[in-house]
Amino acid sequence: MEIPYTVSNRPDTGLWNAKIGIWLFLASEVMLFGGLFSAYIFLRIDAPPGHWPHGLLNVPVGTMNTAILIASSVTVVLAWAALKMRKYRAYWWYMLITILCGVIFLTVKLVYEWPDKFQHFGAYLKPAALEKYEQYLGNHHLEEKGLPLRTEITGHLHNKEALKDPNIHEYEVAVDPIYADPTNPQMDRPHFWPKHATDKIVTIEKADVERAGFFTPDHNTFFATYFTITGLHGLHVLGGVLVFIYMWLPVSKKIYQRNPEHLANRVEVSGLFWHFVDLIWIFVFPLFYLL
Amino acid sequence: MNNPPDVSPDPAEHEEYAHGVHQHVMRYIMVGATLLVFTLITVALSYVDFGTPKANIGVAMAVATFKAALVAAIFMHLAAEKRLIYRVLIFTGFFVLGLFWLTFLAWYDPVSR
Repeated sequence: MEIPYTVSNRPDTGLWNAKIGIWLFLASEVMLFGGLFSAYIFLRIDAPPGHWPHGLLNVPVGTMNTAILIASSVTVVLAWAALKMRKYRAYWWYMLITILCGVIFLTVKLVYEWPDKFQHFGAYLKPAALEKYEQYLGNHHLEEKGLPLRTEITGHLHNKEALKDPNIHEYEVAVDPIYADPTNPQMDRPHFWPKHATDKIVTIEKADVERAGFFTPDHNTFFATYFTITGLHGLHVLGGVLVFIYMWLPVSKKIYQRNPEHLANRVEVSGLFWHFVDLIWIFVFPLFYLL
Repeated sequence: MNNPPDVSPDPAEHEEYAHGVHQHVMRYIMVGATLLVFTLITVALSYVDFGTPKANIGVAMAVATFKAALVAAIFMHLAAEKRLIYRVLIFTGFFVLGLFWLTFLAWYDPVSR
C-alpha cells in the first residue's frame, strides 16, 4: 500500500504526514535534551566552589566546529531550495557539502577532541594538602582577588604505571602552564589559544590525592555532563549524516524522477532534524567551551 | 515573512515560483552569515569580564537564544508555519519549562528557611 499524503496536505491536519511526524519527533527530542540540560544546570549550580573547571576545552577547535555545523545548516536548506527549483545537480552538490561538514564535525570530535582529553591527567588534592602544593596552585593569590580556589593539578602523567601499581607512591606530572606560573594574573582567566603542558615536572604524592585519573567521564561532573551531552549530540549528527547519505545516493534520484516534490519533502524533514541538531549545539558550545 | 508556496503543476507558474525560491536563498545565506558573526561575538564576549560568572552566563545565553531563534524562525520555517505545528510546540514549551521547574524544586527548602 502506498503511504498517503507524502506531497499533498492531509485535509484534517493541513500538512503532509512527514511534516507533522518530524515535528512530533522534535518535540520529544526537546524533552530528551531538556532533561540533560536541566541535569547540567543542577549539577553546575551545586558544584562546590572551584570544582567546575574552566578553559579545559579547545576553544578554537570548538569555534571551528560550530562554524562547520552552521555552514551545513545553510547548505542543507540550499539543497532543499535547489530541489524546489528542480535543479538536481545543485541539490547533489549542496547535499555532498552538508554530508562532508557532518563528517568533519564528527571526525574532529572522535579523532582529536575526545582522545586528547583521554590523554590529559588530573589529580584532586585533599583539602589538608592544598597548602603543601601552594607554589603550584597559587590559591593565596586567588583568594586575594576573590576568585575560586584551585583544588586540582592537571597535565600529562609521565609515570602512567602509577595509576595501577600500589608500590608507586607518587604521580609525576608535566603540569599545564597554569600550575607552572600560578600567580601570573594572565592565568586567572582561560585563554582562547590552548596552551600545551610545560616541561615542569611536579611530583604529587598519592597520600595527598583525593582522586586522580585521565579526563574520562568519571573524572568529574564536568566531564560526565560534557561526554554525555556531546556524545548524544554526536550520535544525532551521525544519524543525520546517514540519512543525508541515503538521500544523496542514486536510489533517491529515482524518487526525484518519479515525483521531485517527494524528495524535496524528505529533504525538508531531514533538514528540520539537522537544524535542530545545530540549534542544540548553539547552546552546548558556550556552556561547555566558554563559560 | 512567508515561506515559498507549494509548487504548482503549471510550468509557467513554476518559473515564477522558482524565482520566489531564489529570493529565499539569499536570505538563507544572510542568516548563515549572521549566525557565524554571532558565534564569533559569543567567543569574544566570553573573554570580557561582566563582573560575575552569572552575568557572563546570562550574556552568552542571551546571544545563544537569539541565534537559536534565527535558526528556528528562518531555517526551520517557524516564522510562517501551519497552526497545528505551533500547537504542538506550545505543548512542548509548556512541558519543557515544567521539566526545568522540577529541577529548581530541588533547591526548595521549606524546613530550614
